[in-house]
Amino acid sequence: MKAVITVVGRDSVGIIAKVSAVCSEYHANIVDISQSVLSEYFAMIMVVDIDGLTVPFTSFVDVLSDLGKENGLDVRTMHEDVFDSMHRI
Amino acid sequence: MINTKDILETISMVKEENLDIRTVTMGISLLDCASDDPKKAAANVYDKITKKAERLVPVAEQIEKEYGIPIINKRVSVTPVSLIGGRYSEEDYINFAKALDRAADTLGINFIGGYGALVQKGFTEADKKLIASIPEALAQTGKVCSSVNVASTKAGINMDAVAMMGKIIKKAAYLTRDNDCIGCAKFVVFANVPEDNPFMAGAFHGTGEAECVINVGVSGPGVVSSAIERAGDCDFSTLAETIKRTSFKITRMGQLVAREASKRLDVPFGIVDLSLAPTPAVGDSVARILEDMGLEVCGACGTTAALALLNDAVKKGGVMASSHVGGLSGAFIPVSEDAGMIDAVSAGALSIEKLEAMTAVCSVGLDMIAVPGDTSEDVISALIADEISIGVANTKTTAVRVIPAYGKKAGDSVSFGGLLGAAPVMKISTISPARFISRGGRIPAPIHSLKN
Repeated sequence: MKAVITVVGRDSVGIIAKVSAVCSEYHANIVDISQSVLSEYFAMIMVVDIDGLTVPFTSFVDVLSDLGKENGLDVRTMHEDVFDSMHRI
Repeated sequence: MINTKDILETISMVKEENLDIRTVTMGISLLDCASDDPKKAAANVYDKITKKAERLVPVAEQIEKEYGIPIINKRVSVTPVSLIGGRYSEEDYINFAKALDRAADTLGINFIGGYGALVQKGFTEADKKLIASIPEALAQTGKVCSSVNVASTKAGINMDAVAMMGKIIKKAAYLTRDNDCIGCAKFVVFANVPEDNPFMAGAFHGTGEAECVINVGVSGPGVVSSAIERAGDCDFSTLAETIKRTSFKITRMGQLVAREASKRLDVPFGIVDLSLAPTPAVGDSVARILEDMGLEVCGACGTTAALALLNDAVKKGGVMASSHVGGLSGAFIPVSEDAGMIDAVSAGALSIEKLEAMTAVCSVGLDMIAVPGDTSEDVISALIADEISIGVANTKTTAVRVIPAYGKKAGDSVSFGGLLGAAPVMKISTISPARFISRGGRIPAPIHSLKN
C-alpha cells in the first residue's frame, strides 16, 4: 500500500530532508518525489510505500502533520486509495 | 503511478473548496425492541443503538484521518418510532425520545433521526400520539430529529395530517422560543419520503431495510462552484459536462468512505446519497453555483432552469461513481445553511414563492425557512400542502422544514449555530387558507399513480 504526502507552504531550506527523515524513522519507503507550483504555493508531493510502517498509519499521519505545524507548512498524508478512486474508473 | 495534477486537484478540493463527506449515517432497525412496557422498550432501544453503533465514531474518525477527507457528521437513523410504540402515551413517547438522545450522547454522534411516523394514507393510534408528542420531544432533547411523511404519489395527501402539522410546528416553535425556535429546525414534513436518507432532519431507517446499514451523504458545492468558474463562459453542454465530471469525483469519495466504513464496521453498505449539501461556510454554497452559472443573484429569473441543469448533471455524474445511489440525491437549497441563499434573501432577490418553484426541479423542498412568528397554523399547513403537492404530482420527494420565529417579523433573523446556520425571517402571504385546510380527509392520488 502507498500513501501520498503533500507539503504546501512557503519555500525554505530542508523541507524535503525533514519529511524524508520522518519517513526513514518510521520505515516508510519513498518511491517518488516531485514538486510543483499550486497558485502561489510551493508544493511537494512524495509517494511512500507504507507496508513496512513501524507505527499505525494514523500515527504516521499525526507525526507528519505536527512536523508541518512546527515549520509553518501544510503537510497532508493521504492513502493512495483516495486518488485512485477519484481519478481512475 | 498517480498523476501529479490529479493529486493537486484532490488536495485543492479538500483544502480550498471544502470537499467533505457530510455524513456517515448508520441505519438501525428497532423493530425487535418493542415491548408492552414502555420503560423496557426505551431501555432496549438505548442498549441496541449503543451496541450496534459503538464503533461508528472512532471508525469514521480513523477513515477521516487515513484518507484525509473530513467527515463532518456521524449520525444514526432508526425505525420510525411510531411503529414500535404500540399503545404508549404521549409521555412514554417523550421518554423514548430521551432514550434516543442519551444514546446519541453516549455514542458522541451529532444527530439521531427517526422519531417520526408514516401517515400518508391514515393514522394509527400510535401515530397520533407520537405526532402529538413531537413538540415536547424536540424541546426536551438536543440531538433527536423528527419527520412525518404526510403524502405519497401512490396514496395521495393526508390533509388531516397536513392540518395537524401547522399546529405541531407552531407548538414546537413556542416551546423552543428561548432558543430561536430550534425545535422546528429538527422537524421536517415529507411527501414520498425515501427510506434510506442519511441527511437530517429527515433520516430514518425504513421497514424495507436490513437490520443495520451504512449510508453516506457527500457534499461539495464549493468544488462544483470552482469547476464552473474555471470552465468560464462555455455553452450549456460544456457546463453540464463539467458538473458531471466534478460530481463523479465527489461521489467516488463518498463511495470509498462508504465501502471502508461498511468493511470496518462489518455492516452492509446501503447507499451513497448524491446530494449537494451546502454549509453556512463561505465557498460551500449551492446559491453561489447558480450565480457562477451567470445569474446576478440567486432568485433571479433563470434560477429554476439553472438549478434543474445542476441537479440533473449532479445525478448523471454521481450515479456512475457509486454502486448504489439512494436517499434524497439532488441539490439542497436550505436557506439558513447556505451563505448565498441568505444573502439572496437579505437582498430581496429570493422569495418563498421562487423557492417553491425551485423545489419542483431539485430535492428537497422548502428547507430551513424562517417566517414571521405570527404566521397562522393554517398558513403553515397550506404552505406544506402546496409543497407536498409538487412532490405528489411529480413523483418526487419534497419536504418542508419551516420555522415560525416566535416574536419575530419579516426582516429579523434567527440563528441556530453550527451546520444549521442563521436565517433571515421571510415574508409570507397572510391571506387565509383556513376554510381549505379545515376540510380534512385525503386529496386522492394523482392519475399517474395508477401504473400497474
